Amino acid sequence: MNILTQPWPWYIAGPLIGLMVPFLLLLGNKAFGISSSLRHICAACIPTKANFFKYDWKAEKWNLVFALGMVIGGLIGGYFFANPNPIALSESAIESMNSLGVKNYSGLIPSDVFNFQALLSLRGFILMVVGGFMIGFGTRYAGGCTSGHAIMGLSNLQWPSLVATCCFFAGGLLMTWFILPIIMHL
Amino acid sequence: MKNLKFLLLGTIFGFILIKAEVVSWFRIQEMFRFQSFHMYGVICSAIVVGVISIFLIKKFNVKTFSGEEIKIEPKVFTKGNVIGGLMFGFGWAMTGACPGPLYALIGSGLPIIIVVLLSAVLGTYCYGCLKDKLPH
Repeated sequence: MNILTQPWPWYIAGPLIGLMVPFLLLLGNKAFGISSSLRHICAACIPTKANFFKYDWKAEKWNLVFALGMVIGGLIGGYFFANPNPIALSESAIESMNSLGVKNYSGLIPSDVFNFQALLSLRGFILMVVGGFMIGFGTRYAGGCTSGHAIMGLSNLQWPSLVATCCFFAGGLLMTWFILPIIMHL
Repeated sequence: MKNLKFLLLGTIFGFILIKAEVVSWFRIQEMFRFQSFHMYGVICSAIVVGVISIFLIKKFNVKTFSGEEIKIEPKVFTKGNVIGGLMFGFGWAMTGACPGPLYALIGSGLPIIIVVLLSAVLGTYCYGCLKDKLPH
C-alpha cells in the first residue's frame, strides 16, 4: 500500500501528468485545460448580461465532470491515502518559509496561514481571497493556466503559450521574492 | 453517461496531483525560490511526454477512439497572455495553487480552499464582464 500513501518522485508523476494530453484527445478530442471550468461555472450558475458567458456551457460539461473527478481524486489521494509524513522539503526552503512566519509543516498547505479564522485577518484575506481572484481573472485573461498553456499549449508547440508560461513564472517570482514577504508579515 | 470516462480520468489526475505534491503551497514556494528540482522535474517531464504524444498523433494521423479526426485549436496571442499571465503568476505564488490543484485540495479535506475557488470564480466572472474594456 506504500505506493498509494507515499509521494511519487517527479519522474513518475510528471510523465503521468503529461499522459493526460493524449488521453483527453483520444477519449473525446478534448484539449487539456482546467481553468475553463471556472468560466463554465459562471455560465451555468451566475445570471449575467456579459456575452462572454452566453454560450452553450452544456456542450463543455465534460470539463466540469473532469473537475469533479479531480475533487474525488483529491479525496482518495489526499484523505483516504494521505501521506502520514510531512512533505520532504529542502532544508533551505523550510528556512525561507520559517522567516516568512510559517510554523506548521504537516499536510499539504500551511494550516496556520490558510484557515477560516485567518480569513478575517488582512494577511489571510489577501492570500486567499485576493489570490484566488487573481487566479480566476488572470487565467481567463491569459487564456489558460498551467495545464492549458504550460502543458497543453507547449506540448502543441504554441508560442503564445510559451509567452504565457514565462509570464506565469515571472509573476510568481515577483510575488515570491518581493511582495509575499510583505504580505506574510502584515 | 458519456462523460463518465472524463470523471474517471479527472479522478486519476486529481490523485496524481496529490501524490506529486504539486498541489502544495510549500512545494510552490520551494519552486519559486529555486530550492528544489522537484516541481521543475514534474512540469518539464510532463511537457516532454505531451510533446512526444502530440507529435506521434500528428505523424501517424491517429484518430480518437470513436474514429474522429483529432483537432487541436491553435492558441492565439493576445496582450492577455502577458498581463493575465502575470496576474495568474501572482495568484499562483500567493495561494500556492493553480485551478487544478484547487479542486484536488478541496477533495483532500480542506474546505478553506472552497473560499479560494469561489474567489477564482468571481475573478473569472469579473474578467468576463470587463473583457471588452481590457487590452487584448
